[in-house]
Amino acid sequence: MTIYNLYIFDRNGTCLHYGEWNRKKQSGMSKDEEFKLMYGMLFSVKSFVSRISPTDIKDGFLNFKTNKYKLHLYETASGLKIVINTDLGVGSITDVLHDIYKNIYVEYVVRNPVCDLSQPIESEIFKTKLDEYIRALSIFATRVS
Amino acid sequence: MTIFSVYIINKAGGLIYQYDHSTPRPEVEKTFSFPLELTLKVFDEKIVVAFGERDGIKVGHTLLSVNGIPAEGKNLQDGRDILEVLSADENFPINIKFGRPKLTTNERIMLASMFHSLFAIGSQLSPEQRSSGIETLETDTFKLHCMQTMTGLKFIVIADPRQAAVDVLLKKLYEVYADFALKNPFYSLDMPIRCDLFDTNLQSSIEQAERLGISNV
Repeated sequence: MTIYNLYIFDRNGTCLHYGEWNRKKQSGMSKDEEFKLMYGMLFSVKSFVSRISPTDIKDGFLNFKTNKYKLHLYETASGLKIVINTDLGVGSITDVLHDIYKNIYVEYVVRNPVCDLSQPIESEIFKTKLDEYIRALSIFATRVS
Repeated sequence: MTIFSVYIINKAGGLIYQYDHSTPRPEVEKTFSFPLELTLKVFDEKIVVAFGERDGIKVGHTLLSVNGIPAEGKNLQDGRDILEVLSADENFPINIKFGRPKLTTNERIMLASMFHSLFAIGSQLSPEQRSSGIETLETDTFKLHCMQTMTGLKFIVIADPRQAAVDVLLKKLYEVYADFALKNPFYSLDMPIRCDLFDTNLQSSIEQAERLGISNV
């Protein structure tokens, strides 16, 4: 099991943070374009899901799988989106995503008066804490390859 | 365990087949007094609830009928404007029915082509080499399973998240398609499928999959 990368978007589609660990393939475009494409996809998936659903939805879109990876989404009521790509062996990681929001984003970004909430996060302590947290997860197994 | 619906999309993203198997559409009817405790708005030529959830009426539900008279877009069947009727004090107490909007054929075609591009973007943003497009997509109310054939056709099944053996059903549907749509001399490729034999065989495969899903759990 492994974690490839992580995106944090605010409710306007700005990518606040991007982290990468074991990513094998780059998308072949600039990071800025990739963030826009990723946010656009999530936005469309959300609208698609809410319209095609046979019954009323509560949390809406949770994750999708291809034959190589799995994308997990967590969205807060304020519109902050946390996206993690993992390999297929990973089950539901909603609690992990919630922990990142509660113990790392809120603690080191929202409670930091110097951080502008609508701009990419530059706080070093946030980056270190997030990296430490991800590396300590049981689903983060570094591979020798 | 339930299978909600089946979509077949051709390689260009066009919807060529759609079948609703079982769709629970909850409808709520309630008597209101003046003024209305719900906020309504016009969206997409329909009257929808914008704010104020109560008694099973949810945000996003459309207005289906007023005092038993069905709604047609923004007007009632007798031609009266719904928002005008609801803003007049003398029409109250009034009986209004709400429910989830039913997808029109045009909306289904739009959603199918939307999925077609999401499928492609899903593989483009992959962190691993040689990824396929979206195979399953999970939400709290349903799970979408998609199988793409070698020829680019996509079979999509929307089912309960706990439904088992959907991959078997997808293969079976492809088989039914090959046997009853492709071998039909009146069927032209990439066009909407209108074959009775295909319909009946598809329905029986779905019913079989639902029974199989129960015995597997």
